[in-house]
Amino acid sequence: MADMSLEKVKMPEQDPEVRIENFEEVALGYTEEMAIKESHRCLDCRNRPCVAGCPVNVQIPEFIKLISEGDFEGAYKKIKETNSLPAICGRVCPQESQCEKLCVRGRKGEPVAIGRLERFAADWYMENCDMNIQAADKNGKKVAVIGSGPAGLTCAGDLARKGYEVTIFEAFHVPGGVLMYGIPEFRLPKALVQKEIETVRRLGVNIMTNMVIGKVLSLEDLRDEGYEAVFIGSGAGLPNFMGIPGENLNGVYSANEFLTRINLMKAYKYPECDTPVCIDRNVAVVGGGNVAMDAARCAKRLGAENVYIVYRRSEAEMPARSEEIHHAREEGIIFRLLTNPVRIIGTEDGWVKAMECVEMELGEPDASGRRRPVARPGSEHLLEVGTVIIAIGQSPNPLIKSTTPGLETHEWGGIITEEDTGATSLEGVYAGGDAVTGAATVILAMGAGKKAAAAIDEYLSGKK
Amino acid sequence: MFRIARKEVLNPAVKLLEIEAPYVARKAEPGQFIMLRINEEGERIPLTIADFDRDKGTVTIIFQEVGKTTSMLGMLEEGDHLLDFAGPLGKASHLEGVRRAAVIGGGLGTAIAYPQAKKLHQLGAQVDVITGFRNESLILLEKELRQVASRLFITTDDGSNGNKGFVTDILKKLLEEGNRYDLVIAIGPLIMMKMVSQMTKPYGIKTIVSMNPVMVDGTGMCGGCRVTVGGNVKFACVDGPDFDGHEVDFDEAMRRQAMYRKQEKKSMEAHICRLGGAQNG
Repeated sequence: MADMSLEKVKMPEQDPEVRIENFEEVALGYTEEMAIKESHRCLDCRNRPCVAGCPVNVQIPEFIKLISEGDFEGAYKKIKETNSLPAICGRVCPQESQCEKLCVRGRKGEPVAIGRLERFAADWYMENCDMNIQAADKNGKKVAVIGSGPAGLTCAGDLARKGYEVTIFEAFHVPGGVLMYGIPEFRLPKALVQKEIETVRRLGVNIMTNMVIGKVLSLEDLRDEGYEAVFIGSGAGLPNFMGIPGENLNGVYSANEFLTRINLMKAYKYPECDTPVCIDRNVAVVGGGNVAMDAARCAKRLGAENVYIVYRRSEAEMPARSEEIHHAREEGIIFRLLTNPVRIIGTEDGWVKAMECVEMELGEPDASGRRRPVARPGSEHLLEVGTVIIAIGQSPNPLIKSTTPGLETHEWGGIITEEDTGATSLEGVYAGGDAVTGAATVILAMGAGKKAAAAIDEYLSGKK
Repeated sequence: MFRIARKEVLNPAVKLLEIEAPYVARKAEPGQFIMLRINEEGERIPLTIADFDRDKGTVTIIFQEVGKTTSMLGMLEEGDHLLDFAGPLGKASHLEGVRRAAVIGGGLGTAIAYPQAKKLHQLGAQVDVITGFRNESLILLEKELRQVASRLFITTDDGSNGNKGFVTDILKKLLEEGNRYDLVIAIGPLIMMKMVSQMTKPYGIKTIVSMNPVMVDGTGMCGGCRVTVGGNVKFACVDGPDFDGHEVDFDEAMRRQAMYRKQEKKSMEAHICRLGGAQNG
């Protein structure tokens, strides 16, 4: 008999007062008892709507059933059949708009905590089992994967399982892409990311770091080196700025730079680690997405007293997950909604001292379907801050496009692909993830990597 | 890991390392740079490629010990390894079609100006090289430059080599004597590049400067290396590092260069402190 309680089993979290002083993980995960209790909320219904909501097709009712039976290893392996990175997805997937959105239990009360259960199974496995992964027999065909973020890792893992000799080329000194440089330690511990990557390596995937494709090797060079197909998963690494006066003042960061310094280069451990980051007592983060929340919460942990989220629309239009907004609020982040920066004002020696903003109101819906914010005349006011972090989005990195003749892209930089296969305008070249869509989610990138892996397999199987 | 094949001490503060990095060596061109990291706790720093040998698969960097990372780099010896070495990054300099050029190096900038002078020489251009140093003991690459320069002028701030003055004094003289160049390349401290650019502007001589701002990744990702050029914001790592000296906002660049001065000082002091501790203990 299913547990008919209307609420999910709560997941323990670090107290907000405590966690703003550290970079350790905020959400602490289920215990075995909690996981079994929550697993009983699943009705194991016949239609399985949740599975249709998962971009990588995780067999959700099956793995939950295994948890309810206490077979945690089996649950992990069930997830792993279709998902290369369960410990990561269980933490950063927007389940509320995917699997859990479609859960039958959500019609009355809260849906089953699919994400928390996925995380539990993955964490339990990593803690209790030896990674017992066999590389498949090699089929002698070489595939190059550019970028070791979620799209590249998924594509590489799926192809390696089929016997392809896969090499991932990573520009940075560690693999993981946005999982390493973008998402903070307190949401996604880096040791865990590396463990997940190790499972991909054990499938036989070779990862070469410090390889900036487009510079050190062109796609043509890769062909000459015997790679029969290429997958581009180079992400959305180009930060957008607002183009307002004062953006080049000292103390203005792109969210990319701010987060990379902190996450990848561990500036929060400065001076133990060498990379510094400048932070004032008063910090403004411009933008309303997950990246903005991450930047604001990092700033708080680095000791800023007042951290403002400055967003030009209202909370309803914020692209960030509600959980992230909730966590940010708990940590004392101050939301200045319907507020838009117009210029950044500097001191005589060129440091930020304030940001001038205007109040906004929502007008008619725009092309994105969200109501267009319009400035309210005469509402100019100053926000006194010494650090400004611009988190208004990223565009695809142009390095590969600019060095690959014939690779078609949209005007805004996204690589043009066939939706079902990820095939680009060049034969044997596939792409997926943020390099195609612009900044989106980890799981969508993984879904794209998966589709492309299947398409590459089909392409190379047909090729003599 | 990237092995140090050769080390040379060029002057008390400037060292040369030849690094085994075959992939980088295969593609490197003058004007490009690499990003390196010494160890797990280390920062990523950009250094301009001073030379490369495609056959040997090596890339040469020349650096001045100004902070913790460069000071630690200087302590490494032949046979030691760097943890990370990525490149070649940035755009290569466009040197084709130049018939007469003046290449100007200020201090360490001379090391970066050398591959440009060499390439121009190889392309058949006539190259006047002007370099400036604080004093005679700091003079770099004199022998190498002599082989590629049509004329080599070396100045010192204190006159200790018998030629007191700044590189701009020589350039001014050459221009006033009627020497005309298709291209001036100036590499060195921002203030020097600014002065050179101001000097060549009335003559309408195309002037290229090499910017070396603060960077994290070197691939266009962080935007920390923003430079205003002709009123537009550029990223030095992917749009440069070479820019038109007549268009660069040098005052902004100088300000941005100072952003981490406090932390740089702190890191360096802690580094010296630890070294002292190690030596005493």
